[in-house]
Amino acid sequence: MVPLSTFLDLTFTGLVIGAIYALFALGYTLVYGVLRLINFAHSEVFMWGSFGAVWAMTLLGAHSGMNWVAAIGLLIVALVVAMLVSGGVALVVERIAYRRLREKHAPPLVALISAIGASFMLSEIMGLRDRIAGWVGLDGVLGDYVRQARENTSFPNPLPNVQVLAVGGFEIRSNQLIVLVAAILMMVALDQFVSRSRLGRGVRAVSQNPEAAALMGVNQKRVVQLTFFIGGLMAGAAALLYLLHIGVTRYNVGFILGIKAFTAAVLGGIGNIRGALVGGLVLGLAENYATLFGLASSWKDVVSFLLLIVVLLFRPTGILGESLGKARA
Amino acid sequence: MSTSATAKPVKLTLVDRWSALPKPAQILVWVLIALFFFVLPLMNLPIVSTPDAQFGSVLATVANYALVALGLNIVLGYAGLLDLGYVGFYAIGAYTVGVGGSLHGHINWFVLIIMAVTISTASGLLLGAPTLRVRGDYLAIVTLGFGEIIRLTALNSPWLNQARGITGIPRPPSTELFGLPSLVWDGATAKVDLGDGAKSIFLKFGLLDAVPYYWLALIVIIVVLIADKLLQASRVGRAWEATREDEEAAELNGVPTFRFKLLAFAMGAFVGGLSGALYASRIGSINPDSFMIQLSMMFLAAVVIGGQGNRWGAIVGGVVVAYLPERFREFADFRIVVFGLLLLLLANFRPQGLLPPRRAKRAQRADAATKELEGTEEGARA
Repeated sequence: MVPLSTFLDLTFTGLVIGAIYALFALGYTLVYGVLRLINFAHSEVFMWGSFGAVWAMTLLGAHSGMNWVAAIGLLIVALVVAMLVSGGVALVVERIAYRRLREKHAPPLVALISAIGASFMLSEIMGLRDRIAGWVGLDGVLGDYVRQARENTSFPNPLPNVQVLAVGGFEIRSNQLIVLVAAILMMVALDQFVSRSRLGRGVRAVSQNPEAAALMGVNQKRVVQLTFFIGGLMAGAAALLYLLHIGVTRYNVGFILGIKAFTAAVLGGIGNIRGALVGGLVLGLAENYATLFGLASSWKDVVSFLLLIVVLLFRPTGILGESLGKARA
Repeated sequence: MSTSATAKPVKLTLVDRWSALPKPAQILVWVLIALFFFVLPLMNLPIVSTPDAQFGSVLATVANYALVALGLNIVLGYAGLLDLGYVGFYAIGAYTVGVGGSLHGHINWFVLIIMAVTISTASGLLLGAPTLRVRGDYLAIVTLGFGEIIRLTALNSPWLNQARGITGIPRPPSTELFGLPSLVWDGATAKVDLGDGAKSIFLKFGLLDAVPYYWLALIVIIVVLIADKLLQASRVGRAWEATREDEEAAELNGVPTFRFKLLAFAMGAFVGGLSGALYASRIGSINPDSFMIQLSMMFLAAVVIGGQGNRWGAIVGGVVVAYLPERFREFADFRIVVFGLLLLLLANFRPQGLLPPRRAKRAQRADAATKELEGTEEGARA
C-alpha cells in the first residue's frame, strides 16, 4: 500500500511538471497546426530561453533569500528576458530552417532534416560557448556566463521557498504552486488570444485552409512568423518555470524535455491548444504514477516514450483530436 | 510535354560509357577497386593518412559508418521511412555480442554474430509491425523514442550492467600467419618496408592493430553491397520505390506497401545489428553512452549528405561523416556544429544529397513535367 501523502505528492508534482510540458508543447502544436511540420528545433528554443533567464538573473545579482518584492520583480524581468530570447530564437529557426523550404513546397522530410540541422547547431553553440567566447577574447569578461559549457548551470532562485500547505506528510511549497498557477494562466491567455484576437483569427484561418486565408487577405508569411514567435514566447515562459522547479539547465536540456513536450502535444491532440494542456498534465501524472507500480524513477523516461508509442498507435489524433483550425470561431 | 524529354540530344554520360563496357571488364575494374581499398591501410598515402590518429583504426571506423549508412539507406533511401532511432538496432547488435560473449556467457563469436543479427532483425519486425502504420513524421518521432528506450533500458537494468557497460567483449577468432609489408614514404618516393614496419599480421584480430577489423568490415560491406544491388533491381526494390514516391498509388496498383515497408525495416535492422556487433567486437567494451541519440543523427547525416537512395552515396556520406573529423582533429569539437550547418545547407540547397540516385533524377524530370502541366492548367483556370 502506498500512503496517501505519497500519492498526493506524486499527483501534485506530476501536475507541476505536466504544466511545464504543456507550455512547452504549445510551440509544437501551433507550428504543426499551421504548417503540418514537426518543429524539431523547438527544444533548442526552450534551452536558449532557459539560459536567457539564468544570465539575466546572474547579471542582476539575484541570490537566494531575497525579500518577496525584490524577488518577484527580478523574476518578472527574467520571465520577459527568457520569453524574448526564446521568441527570437524561434524566429531565427523559422528564417534559416523553414522559410526557404516552405516557399519551395519541399516535402516534410526535408524540412525535418533542416530542423534537425538547426537544432544541432543551436545546442552545440551553447555547448561550446566557452570556446566561442575564447575566440573573440571575451572569456575573461564573460566568465560567469560561459564557464563549464558542458556542465549543469544552476539558476540563482531569489524566491523564498515557503511551505504553503501541509497535510500529514504531504506539503505544497510556494515555488511549485507559482509554477502551476503561472503555467495555467499563460495557457488560458494564449487560448483567449488565439480564439478572440484578430491575429489569432489569422492563425486559425491559415491552419484551416492556407489558400483561402491568403485570398481573404491574411498575410501568410506574417502568420507563420507569428506562430513561431508565440510558440517561442511560451517555451521561454516554460523555461523559466522549469528553472524554478528543477533549478539547473544545460546545453542539451531541451532534448529529452522536447520529446516529452512533443509527446504531450500528440497525447492531447497535436494542433489543438487545449489538447496541449490536457496532454501535458496526463503525461506528467503518468510519469509520476509509474513509481507507484514499483518502477524506479529512472524508468520514467521509458514510461513516457512507451506512452507516446501506444498513443500514436491507438489514437494518433490524441485525446481531444487534432484541430487548431476547428477551434471555436 | 513528353516530347521535350525525348527531343534532348543523346549525350554519352560516364554512366552510359560504363554500361557499354563488356561484363568481364566491368568485373575486373570492380576487383581492382576492391583491391585498392584492401591495401589502402598498408600504403600510408601522404595526404590521405591521418596524422593525429592511427590510420588503420580510422579506416575501421569509416568502414563501420559506411556499413551503417548502407543499412539506413535501405530504410530511408529506398523505402522512404525516416528512422531516427536507428542507433537502437546498432545497440541491440552490440549488446547481444557483449551479453552473450562476456557478461552472461562465452558463446562462440560466429554464433554471437548470428544471434546479434537475428535479435536485431526480430526487434525491427517487432517495432515495425505496429508502428509502420503511422504517418511519416510521426514515425520519425516513434523511432526516436524507440532508440531512447533501448539506451535507457540498458542504462537502468542491472542485468545489462547499467552505466558500467560491458567489457572484455570477444574478438573475432584469429590466426597469425605472416606479417604484411607496408609502404614508407619519403617525399614522393615510396619504399617497401618488410621489417619492423610490417605491423599488420595476417590475420590477427588484436588490440593494437585495427587493420584486420577494417578488412572484415570491408568484406561485409562488399557482401551487403552485392545483396543491396540485387535487391534494389528486383521486384522488391521497385515496390519500395513505388511506396516511397506515392504510397496510395502503390497500394492501388496492388503493391502490399505495409509488407514491403516492414521488409525494408527488417533489412535495415539486420544491417544495423550486424554493424553494431562488429563495432562491439572491435572496441571490446561498450556502455549506454556509446549509443546516444546523437549517433543516430550522425548515421542519418551520412545517408542524407551522401544522397538518399543511392548506395554509393551512402558510402560517401559515411566516409564524410567519419573520416573528416579524424583527418581534421583540430576541429573535432566543432564537428556537430559543422554537421548541423551542413544538414541545414543541404536540406535547403541540395535536398537530394551529394550523390543523388539516378532514378530519382528521372522521377524529378517527371515531377517537373507534371508540375508544368498543372501550372498551365491552373493558369488556364485563372
